[in-house]
Amino acid sequence: MCNQAVSLIAAELERRGIATVCIMLLREIAECVRPPRALCVPYPHGYPLGAPNDAELQKRVMRAALGMLEREGAPPMIEDYAG
Amino acid sequence: MAELTELGLALRAYLAAYRWRTIDPVPWSPLRKPLASANVALVSTAGMVLPNQEPFDNHRKGGDVSFREIPSNADASTLIDTHRSRSFDHAGIHSDPNLGFPLDRIRELADEGTIGRVNRRHLSFMGSITAPGRLVRDTAPIAAQLLVEDEVDAVLLVPV
Repeated sequence: MCNQAVSLIAAELERRGIATVCIMLLREIAECVRPPRALCVPYPHGYPLGAPNDAELQKRVMRAALGMLEREGAPPMIEDYAG
Repeated sequence: MAELTELGLALRAYLAAYRWRTIDPVPWSPLRKPLASANVALVSTAGMVLPNQEPFDNHRKGGDVSFREIPSNADASTLIDTHRSRSFDHAGIHSDPNLGFPLDRIRELADEGTIGRVNRRHLSFMGSITAPGRLVRDTAPIAAQLLVEDEVDAVLLVPV
């Protein structure tokens, strides 16, 4: 449900001119709901940025997601986090 | 990657019958400036609130679609998890709220120059919303308008 909620909020932001990227925990939900940009991460529910108290890992995931904003593509742009 | 199979049987049966929303057409706004000069905000659906804020309502049918403003200078360690879902392990975000609401991390990305600056506020939702009609119609547009007024260039959205 969280994956759907962020996607729907992202769509509203994009309609108003703000670029967005969603972390997604379930690729099948990303493909169904279709947020404008999604980085699918290999982590369980509750751990969207990888692990607690691991600032470097959290930032690597965030940099990968934010990096999608600078690439050209067509919506929906759905990618997997390579790690 | 999370797997639907990690969830309980009853929840899996519910999700199997659930009709997900499909965004169509998919809106698209290119980033208008380099990320290194962009004003960036966070939107998290981890159900986090600050100590002086009302918890999300876990009994609202279809899910609580309200949101809280989180000032960007808030202390991440004071964020309180009020997410109603029992379908995920809350231990990680209890141990480190940045895992679901990366307040400290986004500041560090600004300090290192990856992003231009952190917006003055972020937005917190509770993502366990099974009936998203009111989210789409009411609160998401209000939330988006706040970030438009802040001249936000980009938003990173984090579910749990």
